[in-house]
Amino acid sequence: MEKKITILGEKDTRSGFGEGLHELGKSHPNVVALCADLTGSLKMNAFEDDFSDRFFQVGISEANMISMAAGMTIGGKIPFTGTFANFSTGRVYDQIRQSVAYSGKNVKICASHAGLTLGEDGATHQILEDIGMMKMMPNMTVIVPADFNQTKQATKAIADLDGPVYLRFGRPKVPIFVADDAEFVIGKADTIFEGKDVSIIACGHMVYKAIEAAQELAKEGIDAEVINMHTIKPLDEKAILASAQKTGCVVTAEEHMINGGLGDAVAQVLSRNNPTPQEFVGVNDTFGESGTPNELMTKYNIDTADVIKAAKKAISRK
Amino acid sequence: MDIKTMEQYASQTRRDIVRMVAAVNSGHPGGSLGCADFFTVMYHKILKQDPKNFTMDGEGEDLFFLSNGHISPVWYSTLARANYFPVSELATFRKLNSRLQGHPSVDHDLPGIRAASGSLGQGLSMGIGAAETKKLNGDDRFVYVLMGDGELQEGQIWEAAMYAAAKNVDNIIASVDYNGRQIDGDVEDVLSLGNLKQKWQAFGWETLEVDGHNMEEMISTYEKAQELSGKGKPVMVLLKTEMGQGVDYMMGTHKWHGAAPNAEQLESALNQLEETLGDY
Repeated sequence: MEKKITILGEKDTRSGFGEGLHELGKSHPNVVALCADLTGSLKMNAFEDDFSDRFFQVGISEANMISMAAGMTIGGKIPFTGTFANFSTGRVYDQIRQSVAYSGKNVKICASHAGLTLGEDGATHQILEDIGMMKMMPNMTVIVPADFNQTKQATKAIADLDGPVYLRFGRPKVPIFVADDAEFVIGKADTIFEGKDVSIIACGHMVYKAIEAAQELAKEGIDAEVINMHTIKPLDEKAILASAQKTGCVVTAEEHMINGGLGDAVAQVLSRNNPTPQEFVGVNDTFGESGTPNELMTKYNIDTADVIKAAKKAISRK
Repeated sequence: MDIKTMEQYASQTRRDIVRMVAAVNSGHPGGSLGCADFFTVMYHKILKQDPKNFTMDGEGEDLFFLSNGHISPVWYSTLARANYFPVSELATFRKLNSRLQGHPSVDHDLPGIRAASGSLGQGLSMGIGAAETKKLNGDDRFVYVLMGDGELQEGQIWEAAMYAAAKNVDNIIASVDYNGRQIDGDVEDVLSLGNLKQKWQAFGWETLEVDGHNMEEMISTYEKAQELSGKGKPVMVLLKTEMGQGVDYMMGTHKWHGAAPNAEQLESALNQLEETLGDY
């Protein structure tokens, strides 16, 4: 029941994307990158510097960027688009829908500054609906990696998947706990802690919060299982069902609206196969605001304490 | 193919269009009829393509994107008559399980189509992306895009226009079906485009104008467009057409943009359009 984990450092997930993309530049001559005036924010500079002929600065025109990326696949390129999550999804939903997903184009939509942890810029930039939009889209794979290493691994892995992908990551520095040589398997969840009392299924920045929660719960004698559900679609249903069967109750945790996010997807799997008490940690039908990432996570109830509270409540409902 | 034969193709395509639309009592005959001459010239004279061996990547070939996807009937007829797929398949237009969706789709693997269109404003961007890939691949063929004039009210068109000029995408030849009409009325009344030629020129495009019903003029204009390409600037051709061209009661009005003729109206239309290659 000991919940020990090795912390390898602290970095932002967007830097994992930048490093992964740069490595793809060397290993995959067909990878091209497009950016809508946020090269520095997306950490795409190294790719731009070393592969300038394959880097396309489109300016502040996200709609053009997404449809252009779709067109670039014709002739065999693998385009990675980069901008903030808000402008990668909500602003260009129709372009993703028609030019990319319905047209079956091999475009990788890479989105930084997702969720509340973008911080001080406030609600205009803090998209909390993007996972929902992207997981509803037919043909779309949706990936939300948990730390720097995993974001780097996921970035490289999606280049070899033939089809559109939404890759969501963020701005703040967060602990690194995924081994730097771990293999990223799309659609296969990582179990971080085994446990028997409650299953905490999390994605993105909330995975580390789930780890902290499990460590706190252990002190009170509660044995929590923690699953890093980095792929929202296709969802690892087997991992969810096996864990729920074992623990008898579930908590989902995400830096996203409760409506439409990871929790919804998990609930659908459970209700169809093995109805299980489930508690949802996420933002509850409200916009964010300016503040530091930590302040916002506390105020909007997606902090470690909220995961702990939800776990206890889920256990009480067994 | 000589002009006389192309005129026969265009006439047959106009028959196909009104028959397809009438058969399902839905679809967009007006713009389709207006572009029948353009599509015929494109597919029988201008585009370098291999209909029997269609590939998505189209390496070493010209690519064509239809951005105003609602005029799918003219594209489907042209593709079928150019041997991309059996002419008999035109009878499935807009029906369940058909490859000929109401608006073009690649989801159903219809040869000749590389992108879905229908939601307006996206085709120019896709064409520019494909043109950039052709440059990266050292492929010296062209990318052609057709848009509607009403479609130019979409902001994305101007994002794309700015990009192509700023980044010297000089292997794209775009055209606007400049018929001056859209669903709600005349473009001038709905939302005026102003001086369209000056707009494209101001955006940095080589801009040509042509009578979209004069095949000889279209051939020479697109040959000129090819000559202007490769010199740092994208090329725009403003294609002056008449919505409903070839069917008297559909001309001079916007009302047949998206309305199907009834049986009597269909008969009247067919009486005006010579059957040249055999109806499907």
